[in-house]
Amino acid sequence: MGMVVNLATPAGLFWGMLPEIVLTGWALALMLVAGWRHGGEEDQRFAGQLALAALVSTLFALWWLWAKDARPDGIALMIALDGFRYASSTIFLLGAIMTVMLSLGYVRRERIHTPEYYLLILFATIGMMVMSAAADLIVLFLGLEIMSICVYVLTGINRRSVFGAEAALKYFLLGAFASGFLIYGIALIYGATGTTNLTLIAVSITNLGLQSNGMLMAGIGLLIIGFAFKVGAVPFHMWTPDVYEGAPTPITAFMAAAVKAAAFAALMRIMVHSLGESIGTWQNAVWWLAVVTMLGGNLMALAQRRLKRMLAYSSIAHAGYLLTAVVSGTETGAAAYLFYAFAYTLVTLGAFGVLAVVGRNGERDVRIDDLAGLAAKRPWLAFAMAVFMLSLLGFPGTAGFMAKWYVLMSAIEADQWKLGIILVLASVVSAGYYLPVVMEMYMNQPITEEAHQESVAVGAGRWVIGATAALLLLIGFFPGRLMDVSRSSSDDLKPSAAFTLNAPTGPDAGMASR
Amino acid sequence: MIQEYIPILLFLGFIVANAIGMLVFSHILSPRRPTKIKASPYESGMPPLGSTRERFSVKFYLIAMLFIVFDIEVVFLIPWGVQFRKLGLTGFVAMAIFILVLEVGHAYAWKRGALEWD
Repeated sequence: MGMVVNLATPAGLFWGMLPEIVLTGWALALMLVAGWRHGGEEDQRFAGQLALAALVSTLFALWWLWAKDARPDGIALMIALDGFRYASSTIFLLGAIMTVMLSLGYVRRERIHTPEYYLLILFATIGMMVMSAAADLIVLFLGLEIMSICVYVLTGINRRSVFGAEAALKYFLLGAFASGFLIYGIALIYGATGTTNLTLIAVSITNLGLQSNGMLMAGIGLLIIGFAFKVGAVPFHMWTPDVYEGAPTPITAFMAAAVKAAAFAALMRIMVHSLGESIGTWQNAVWWLAVVTMLGGNLMALAQRRLKRMLAYSSIAHAGYLLTAVVSGTETGAAAYLFYAFAYTLVTLGAFGVLAVVGRNGERDVRIDDLAGLAAKRPWLAFAMAVFMLSLLGFPGTAGFMAKWYVLMSAIEADQWKLGIILVLASVVSAGYYLPVVMEMYMNQPITEEAHQESVAVGAGRWVIGATAALLLLIGFFPGRLMDVSRSSSDDLKPSAAFTLNAPTGPDAGMASR
Repeated sequence: MIQEYIPILLFLGFIVANAIGMLVFSHILSPRRPTKIKASPYESGMPPLGSTRERFSVKFYLIAMLFIVFDIEVVFLIPWGVQFRKLGLTGFVAMAIFILVLEVGHAYAWKRGALEWD
């Protein structure tokens, strides 16, 4: 046992929320800087460097807590202190760091001279960290809203882009709608169990025998719908392609990687921690959601000719693979999620990074054919893109393969072999749109002599593309270390038996049984 | 249990019947001598200038949002002020942090020109 933190005292709360507090402090400082310095390129770059410093120092604060193995004193009432939080927050922070690195060059090229760009990334990251740390449905909702509102604005931050404005409005309206579903679900779960605390919900369900309670089932259903909107699962995916296409490309990467990972972290915590024992109430619903998302996302991606839109649909398909990990409802599923989210964050940031390099004006017009002959002109860039595509496909030797294998293992372990078969078949379909990208780059000639002249990765963006490609291959060949971390981070996600037997239920919990 | 709600139900029924009754009887009993001014929409006694469906400046939203922020500040400040002694140092520090965060946002909005109309 590591450091024990009593979250009821202000000092305990300070240490328990240290990473969030550090990042909030930085974000407030950056806000003042943005108020006084918002002139042009120089100020924009300065804001980006500050944001980078903020995220890196937050990462160290988080890792300090992780190294101390901080645990709460008793039940986590508002904020959880466990490996799952530390590991998933690390993923969000790495995603945000790479987004900022990609953005440094991107905002200069697209002339987005608003330091609020970085500010909103910081605030969105705070929201994600709160989401993965939430031990209470209300705290979770708070984090979700902090994250969502920042991302709505980020989508439309390029005010010269009509598509950006359309995407932002669409995302905002549908996102607000989804939040409504989620909060209604939370209200019904509170009505059935008499508590919003994730541990006490599990206790209430067992003690009061609510496994087939109508109100609870309705609440869980609405909660799943709310999350399905946020992660873009079929049939709640309608906003995804338009929003991903309209947003600035680094922000698209941020949405596809970190925002999605955050929503899944919260969903995973609820499903495994609170509802793991009453898996029968929700498993079928999520099973179907996973199946239609995998099939729908992959089939629709097949029809795309434009690279950014194809990647948007592919991210829907990947939400389906992650839902497969949720279906198992076990700690192995949570570990698979951590591994998958890490690999997916790397590959998404890398792939959208390459897209930002080869495109202009928001990258809406880059067709897959436009990559023809990239390998001849820019061999390293093409090699990196090939690694990303193969990793998205789940080709052996890349991190994507190990991630998918881990998800598959969690499904098989939970006796979901049918779902496993569908996952493998869906992955086969996905070869139909990932491989053409590689074929265009390596087997076709450039359309003109001047093609790809300007496609040069510069500055921090080059580091992101290089590092993600290298890491994906490294993890693909040596996955052991990351697997150990994923497993040890999620092996205490279920509430321990001592709490489930002895913990008091809420004062009005008895009302629910009627 | 359910009987306790019967007065409320009666009251609700009375309200609905009363509202409908007033509308219906004024419709049946009142004499009708329309003029152009009487037929026009009522706008606090002012003559209507045109359609209400106009575009108006986005700055109104900005002011409204800033108003809500300070509105919420008051919502938290007044209970804190009432219970100041009981809440002690913890309450003071928490409130100081809250106001600090708010003031950073205020300073930012001010400096960025959100409070200027042009």
